[in-house]
Amino acid sequence: MIKQVASLIVLLGIGIILTMAVIDMPAFGDPEAPAHRHVAPRYIALAEEETGVTNMVTAILADYRGYDTLGELTVIFAAGAAVLSLLGSKHE
Amino acid sequence: MTTVVIQTIGRILVPFIQLFGLYVIIHGPVSPGGGFQGGVIVGASMILLALSYDLSSAEARASHKVRIAMDSTGALLFAGIGLVALLAGGFFLEYGIIPLPMAPAEVRGIFILLVGVAIGIHIMALAASLFLHLAEEHEI
Amino acid sequence: MGILEFILMSFLVILAIAVVFARDLLAATIVFLVYSLIMAIVFTQLKAPDVALTEAAVGAGITTLLFIITIAKTTRREEE
Repeated sequence: MIKQVASLIVLLGIGIILTMAVIDMPAFGDPEAPAHRHVAPRYIALAEEETGVTNMVTAILADYRGYDTLGELTVIFAAGAAVLSLLGSKHE
Repeated sequence: MTTVVIQTIGRILVPFIQLFGLYVIIHGPVSPGGGFQGGVIVGASMILLALSYDLSSAEARASHKVRIAMDSTGALLFAGIGLVALLAGGFFLEYGIIPLPMAPAEVRGIFILLVGVAIGIHIMALAASLFLHLAEEHEI
Repeated sequence: MGILEFILMSFLVILAIAVVFARDLLAATIVFLVYSLIMAIVFTQLKAPDVALTEAAVGAGITTLLFIITIAKTTRREEE
């Protein structure tokens, strides 16, 4: 009983802190949010001119952030190799 | 437990799904989509073939060795493009430095397309492999 | 927030709760498929067609099939 009450109090405390943190966050899709003022305006202004690609998402994924995409591909490749070596032993 | 209806619909749909997947890969630079999405769509067409017929007919069209080769080729192609930029004197994956007879912006566009194709080859083999290997019988 | 977004978001919450409380794992997988499709519509509403395409292809296609094939290999009912 005392355990349950204690865990309830702890959870309520965490919930109140998280709710306060969420309230302090910038509004959803706010163009003035800090995340949208650092490099995003430069991409929006120059991506098409610098890469000759009209889809800005592809330009960022494959060119500006190409190293991230290569890491992502490496992770997927490692996961696939692990699955194939575990399940694909019938084909040896 | 497949019927004639399912087999016929599957046989008719598979080429269109594959064409749409290739369209999504090739048109990655100009429209929504790219290598990842198109690769998943092409891989899903092989899964549809395996579901509507059986595993062996899908295996006959994309065998284990072919899938492994495509899987590795995609990853190596991406890393190789990065190395080409390195050999041309730039940074890793800096496409604009590669000496081709056109403007640097066009070179970057071409290599963005090539990277999309590499990711597509990788993902389409992997998506089909995951399903086909999970679905086949194992003795554990 | 328009009326369509409100309906879609309500659906998302209801479906997420339904996935957790479904005893039949196959039913939970199908509900999760519907969740992914509605999520794709929400992404389209948010003008992110790239993410919507990924969500529709991976979330509704590949993930559901992998779940179903896993359920077919194991048991369908969740044990008490």
